[in-house]
Amino acid sequence: MTDLTKFTIAEARDGLRKGDITSRELTEAHIAAIEAADVLNAYIVKTPEKALAMADAADARVKAGDAPAMAGIPIGIKDLFATEGVRTTACSHILDGFEPAYESTVTQNLWDAGAVMLGKLNMDEFAMGSSNENSYYGPVKNPWRAEGSNEHFVPGGSSGGSVASVAAYTAMGATASDTGGSIRQPASFTGTVGVKPTYGRCSRYGMVAFASSLDQAGPVTRTVRDAAIMLEAMTGYDPKDSTSINREVPNFEAALTGDIRGKTIGIPKEYRLDETPEDILKLWDQGIGWLKDAGANVVDVSLPHTKYALPTYYIVAPAEASSNLARYDGVRYGLRDVPQGGNLTDMYETTRGHGFGDEVKRRVLMGTYVLSAGYYDAYYLKAQRVRQLIAKDFRDAFESVDALLTPTAPSAAFAFGSKSNDPIAMYLNDVFTVPASLAGLPGASVPAGLSADGLPLGLQVLTPAFDEMTLFTICGVLEEAAAFTAKPDAWWTA
Amino acid sequence: MSNINEDTVARIARLARLKLEPEQLAPMATELTSILDWVEQLGEVDTDGIEPMASPVDAKLVWRDDAVSDGNIQDKVLKNAPRREYGFFAVPKVIE
Repeated sequence: MTDLTKFTIAEARDGLRKGDITSRELTEAHIAAIEAADVLNAYIVKTPEKALAMADAADARVKAGDAPAMAGIPIGIKDLFATEGVRTTACSHILDGFEPAYESTVTQNLWDAGAVMLGKLNMDEFAMGSSNENSYYGPVKNPWRAEGSNEHFVPGGSSGGSVASVAAYTAMGATASDTGGSIRQPASFTGTVGVKPTYGRCSRYGMVAFASSLDQAGPVTRTVRDAAIMLEAMTGYDPKDSTSINREVPNFEAALTGDIRGKTIGIPKEYRLDETPEDILKLWDQGIGWLKDAGANVVDVSLPHTKYALPTYYIVAPAEASSNLARYDGVRYGLRDVPQGGNLTDMYETTRGHGFGDEVKRRVLMGTYVLSAGYYDAYYLKAQRVRQLIAKDFRDAFESVDALLTPTAPSAAFAFGSKSNDPIAMYLNDVFTVPASLAGLPGASVPAGLSADGLPLGLQVLTPAFDEMTLFTICGVLEEAAAFTAKPDAWWTA
Repeated sequence: MSNINEDTVARIARLARLKLEPEQLAPMATELTSILDWVEQLGEVDTDGIEPMASPVDAKLVWRDDAVSDGNIQDKVLKNAPRREYGFFAVPKVIE
């Protein structure tokens, strides 16, 4: 019998439209796969009854001749997205038991397009982390292990549950969010495709806020075509988000022409770091070769302020986070902790002290410090000025190139605990993804090869703002040339 | 070199309404100091005359009609409240 969980979204869509399969069959296969994969800890809330009801509704819709792109496709939702009546905590203790009374725009768009919700996916608390070790619900295990080893590795973060569920065939696709690399870095660690669109493409309404000028939703899937299909369903103008962009959403799938002849691809020299492992540099060179073979011109470019992107990010993001997270005060939702005889201030302080994890506390304090009187100009305004220069670097580069090609992350997946005691070592994971986040540009990670240890590695493509079409065209060419067919052995079902 | 000592951590924790246990102050001071030392490198960048960038998009806020478009959802608003009384959020006594 065909294993329905192995279908791509595109295959399932075509099968559903032809009547070869039903969404109920697809959904039941995924519910069974989720049950068998508990050890990964990717799902923190499972919604099988809701999924089957949505599947039946999708089947009825398809039968009536109304089959939008995502109709009947079972997906997982990062716990960052508010889902009406379904617990949403951003994997923080402080949102204990929170059941939103409204739906996020991105998930509503997916349900309107017929998608089926399997459950909520694990993540770093409030999306702060690069390894999924900061979740109140415990870490996620990467479905991939090194060749010949039983040791477990992190799936990357913050969208660790999203990538693990897709890599382990327990979802056909998953929503994710990217503030400094939280879609692309975990996609690289798990051999999945992760796309962060231009800032403003996806509505942030109903997305638990981390850093509002950086947060952007996107899909994680197993193929570039699937990412194009899913992203198209997620995006669109939303009056409920003041930074949502009112622009027509193109047919992203139509970008998969395979034709990049005459395109110019820039290779930013500042991304060639001394400490980058040999296998990653080699893969990057291979990627350059693939694009040349497909008829692209490849040229060196310079993004001179690259090295300042991470320090800039670690001022801007915590500043915005400290402000956004002020809303968690124990008054209106989630955890409330009042010491015996305590007053209102005691309640705020105790609730927040108990409700936030270590990394969240660190960033709230860092953000409060850089915004405090006497330091605001020296840190926060300075970082915002450097951010302007980083964005200008990209604008200048895109005067002469159509896209940039870089590695996605400076390493393959790493072992649990290996970086969790050194915040800066953990932050360095995002060295190649953060610059484009600061500039608000679209970027994607495509699985391109294996590390010396047999772990997946991704290559990153970046394009100018709102040019996701070129992004998908190039990603499609890379995917085909890389012919990445390696799969994790399914140890988690044992 | 920035130096965040335990007193500074206690002060910003107070500003952030975040309770830290006394034994958490010293490790937090060390971590924040090392992060601040690392971000100090931004001082090398010449930013004279550069406009601070607050958002990647031109934030032109859209006007809407000044009309009621929502409301009468008291139950929904209070649904997740840790404590509610008489249709309000309830908190510990503020005024003696």
